Amino acid sequence: MLVAGIKSRPEYKGLEIDPHARRHLFVLEGEGARALLERAGTDGGSFLAKAEILYLPGGSAGKNHSADLAALGADIVWTAAGLQPLLGRLSVCLANATMGMRIYIAGTEGFIGQIIQVALDFGVDFNSLRTEHRGSLARRVQCVHCKGFTDNVTVTPFVCSHCGLSLLVRDHYSRRLGAFQGVNIDAEAPGTAPEPEELFL
Amino acid sequence: MSINTEMAVRVAAITQVAAAVKTFRLERIDGAPLSVFSGGSHIVVSMNDGEQLRRNPYSLMSSPDDTSAYEISVLRVANSRGGSAFLHDRLEVGDHLTISQPVNLFPVDHRGRKHILFAGGIGITPFLAMMEQFTRDNVAFELHYAMRSRTHGAFWQQLLERYGPRRIKIYFDDEKSLIPVETIVDNQPLGTHLYVCGPSGMIDGVLLTALEAGWPKENLHAERFLAPPAGLPFQVMLEQSAMAITVGEHQSILEAVEAAGCEAPYMCRGGACGQCETAVLSSDGELEHNDVYLSEAEKAEGKKIMICVSRFKGQQLVLQL
Repeated sequence: MLVAGIKSRPEYKGLEIDPHARRHLFVLEGEGARALLERAGTDGGSFLAKAEILYLPGGSAGKNHSADLAALGADIVWTAAGLQPLLGRLSVCLANATMGMRIYIAGTEGFIGQIIQVALDFGVDFNSLRTEHRGSLARRVQCVHCKGFTDNVTVTPFVCSHCGLSLLVRDHYSRRLGAFQGVNIDAEAPGTAPEPEELFL
Repeated sequence: MSINTEMAVRVAAITQVAAAVKTFRLERIDGAPLSVFSGGSHIVVSMNDGEQLRRNPYSLMSSPDDTSAYEISVLRVANSRGGSAFLHDRLEVGDHLTISQPVNLFPVDHRGRKHILFAGGIGITPFLAMMEQFTRDNVAFELHYAMRSRTHGAFWQQLLERYGPRRIKIYFDDEKSLIPVETIVDNQPLGTHLYVCGPSGMIDGVLLTALEAGWPKENLHAERFLAPPAGLPFQVMLEQSAMAITVGEHQSILEAVEAAGCEAPYMCRGGACGQCETAVLSSDGELEHNDVYLSEAEKAEGKKIMICVSRFKGQQLVLQL
């Protein structure tokens, strides 16, 4: 049912620490905290002295890793009360950042996509961003018909939360929108959509 | 040529712009407008120098929007293979040349919010077109331009007049003023792109300094055009054409292939673009890879050669050509 094998399907290659970076910005959500916690000892932790961590607890597992992150001894650790404050603080960070700063993003795909969108707006090259997918496979999906976004989609087809059409979730991904594309599955015979399958838990 | 896009042009003007640098203005013979191009593009100029056909790449330096003529600037190099000597000493206003359509292997990244250009000597030429483009597009840029001396450096007075000292920084070797690369790359806002064109050592130095200052490689751009280096003559067997050719001391394999009347694909003729990649069918000696296109692993493997700049030492080299 899932339309797969599409080139735009993002790959997340992991948070490899760049030894030359003058500054490291970690933008983490939920279980994404583990991506950093597991690497904290990798170079004796010296990169942490130059690290700023922006953390949004919750995510799919609903567990808060703030205390563990605070214990790392990073230069700055900040916990966000929600996605909007996080995006706001991220913009300020990027506006003041220099080219020696590397950006690392970990969490669910929807989160990673939205952080990447902000970074691209600041002229950061996509390939210089380091990303790691942690937590649920839930997707952020844009309805190609009404253009509305639905977060945390775990099944396909699903009902668009804006226009009510049954949408097939494709692997077709828009980096600009930070979302997968959802296409009406029963346009020719409304009401004949197959049963939803839970593919993105 | 792999893309058949050659045009006949007439030399409309030749200007001495610095101690060993001349600017050539080229107009189409049929009077038609030339195509617009993007800053950083080059053309391949074909010259009939007596018996010999020479083809050299030169960056376009005129405004990308100016369709009335293309301008290139050429440094007269002391031990010229013949191209720069021909253009400087033999070519006259009114002469005809053949040029390719512009090709860009050194384009501007339009997603950048600011662009820093590092030029060494004649490496200034692609930046002249780029700066016109930045100005047209209202994009922030600055140029750091190093020259041997005030008399050897070309265009620096005009650049200062046109863009002002805030955007144009000039440095002269004989006055012991050096580009403070480390200071410059250390404090650039996110979204900056860096471009460098000049002698090989300068390119390596600037790129390394930026990488060590934490720049991601995606934001670093360099143009290295290599003149085919000279070396001992050697034999090459062309398998498909079933002929044996000799590559002379001052010739590249590509030039020898062309002189033998065989068509081989090419684009930059400087070891950068990858167009002339040729399969090595057998070799009993050492391939001298002089290009910047193949990876170290590919060079070590010895299955491919960039025939525009690379050479061979040994008895027998068979190429799939």
